Formats: sequence, C-alpha cells, structure tokens
Amino acid sequence: MEIVQISQISPDQVIIWSWGFIKINATILYTWLVMAILLIVSWLVTRDLSTEINVSRWQHFLEVVISTIRGEISEMAKEGADNYVPLIGTLFLFIGLSNILVVVPGFVAPTSSITTTAALAICVFVAVPLYGIAQNGLLHYLKEYFQPNFIFFPFHVMGELSRTLALTVRLFGNIMSHEKVVGILLAVTPLLFPIIMQALGLLIGIIQAYIFAILSMVYIASATSAHEEGHKHEELHKAEASEGVTA
Amino acid sequence: MENISLVAVASIIAAGLTMAIGSVGPALGMGQAIQQALAAIAQQPDERNSLTRTLFVGLAMIESIAIYCFVISMIVIFANPFWGYFIKAGG
Repeated sequence: MEIVQISQISPDQVIIWSWGFIKINATILYTWLVMAILLIVSWLVTRDLSTEINVSRWQHFLEVVISTIRGEISEMAKEGADNYVPLIGTLFLFIGLSNILVVVPGFVAPTSSITTTAALAICVFVAVPLYGIAQNGLLHYLKEYFQPNFIFFPFHVMGELSRTLALTVRLFGNIMSHEKVVGILLAVTPLLFPIIMQALGLLIGIIQAYIFAILSMVYIASATSAHEEGHKHEELHKAEASEGVTA
Repeated sequence: MENISLVAVASIIAAGLTMAIGSVGPALGMGQAIQQALAAIAQQPDERNSLTRTLFVGLAMIESIAIYCFVISMIVIFANPFWGYFIKAGG
C-alpha cells in the first residue's frame, strides 16, 4: 500500500479526510494511532497489577521496559532520576513505537514528518529550562548563560536554538531517508533487497529513538548540572568497589 | 536553454554534489570515532557501557551533518522553491 508518494517528502501533504476547513492529514492520523496503542496497551496491562509470584507476561514486559529506561537515566543523572523518567520515557516509547510500526504495510511513521519531530524537539527545548530552574533556582540557572563571562551569552542562546534544530532534523532526516531509500530500491532491485533494508530500518529506528532520548537527557542533565555530580558519585563508587576487591 | 530546464539541471547537479561532498567528512569522522572507541573498549572492557553510550551520542552528532546534506538535497529535488517562481514567471 502506498500512501506517501515518492515525490512527497512529508506525510503532511497527504490529506486523508477533510470537512470544510478541518483537514486530517496522514501525520495526525498516525500520531493519534500510535498514542492510542500506547495508551490502550498500558491501560490494559496496568489494570490488574500483581505483586504475587505469578505475574502476567505483559506486566513482565512493561516492567522490563520501564526498568531499562530508569536504569539508563539513573546512570546519567544520579540524583532524582525518577523525575526525568516520565518525559524521557515517553519520548523514547513514542518515537520507538512509531519507528517500529514502519514494517506494517500502510503505516507511515509520524516521525518522518518534520512537524512531529519539531514538536518533540520543542518539548525538550521547553523542558530543559524548566528542570534547570526547578533544580537550581532561577538566578543560578540564568547565571549559567553568563559563564565564563557576559560575552558568551549569545553563544549559549545560539547553542540552545541550534541543538533544537539539530534534534529535529536528525530524527526527521533519518526516518524520511529510510523510507525514500526503500522506495527507490523497490524500483531498482525488487523482492529481496528491500526486505534487508527494512530490517536495517528497524535497527536505525530504535537507535534513533535511543539517541533522541539520550540527547534530551544530556541536555537536561547539563542544565541541572546533575551530570558532573553523577560522575563524581560514579568515581566514588568505583573507588569503593576497587578497594573492596583489593581488600 | 529555458529557465525551467536550467533550474532542473542545476537542482539535479547540486543535489548529487551535496551528497557526494557532504558525506565524505562525516564518513571519515565516524570511522575515526569508531576506531578510537573500539580501541578504548579493547583496553577497558569494564567501561563498555559508558563508552558505547558516548559513542552513540557522538555518532549522532557527526551523522547529523550528513543528514543536513541529505535533507537539503531532498528539498532541492522534491520541494524546490525556485520551481514555482519560474513556472509562474514563464506561464
């Protein structure tokens, strides 16, 4: 099934349903589809949680996913890692699911539209100062912009803006390019080779979701400066552990 | 040659050159980064997790340069803003 033509670089251009001035394009439809899948699955699973020995398969699955995300985050920010799990975990799950579902025929990844990725990157752009202010207070956060002296203020602002742009274009470019490459390969070498590219696309999709989550965590950690303290803690732990080994 | 075919020729050549030149630098950079990371993992296998994470973040940063080139070549081919201008001016 072909929904997005090869000459359309964004699923925004595909209008699926329109009534008057209300237009539902492919991006909106599939974004809501992914959100509905995430919501319904997690609602169904968390409806009857149990702490018994016999735990349902789906609860195991969700526990593994959540504890992996939490472990990754707590390695980067030692203190208050659970504050970041809702934002970073949601970003990872949303991007990851929409990238995995690309193998389903007829599905267009909402992340292959620049509007979706821009919205996600703007969420991170807003979340960074919010977490920074909540952690360190307004004055301390603003003082970071004038380090080492006031000449660097414009560079800090430019850095914030350009890394938001980079976050947007990286995800969009990767997913969109994968779709286009598979489309072109279908015309050149049909049948077998596109399947291998699809398998590679699954890997790329997961890696991109991971990178998006990790990068937003790095940005938030640099604003809350929990990063350096985390490293100190890590070194302390390492030192203690090695002492224990030698003793 | 007409203006529209000039735009088409320029777009195609520019898109090809963008990808060709723009992917050289990131390819060299990523190769070097992976080489160093592999050497570091071989020396310190215990630090594998943090090395891998840093490697992925760095690769994403390097790769985004190649992705910029790709997006620009896609825009030049499929969503070229000069098409509309010359088609309107011509007809």
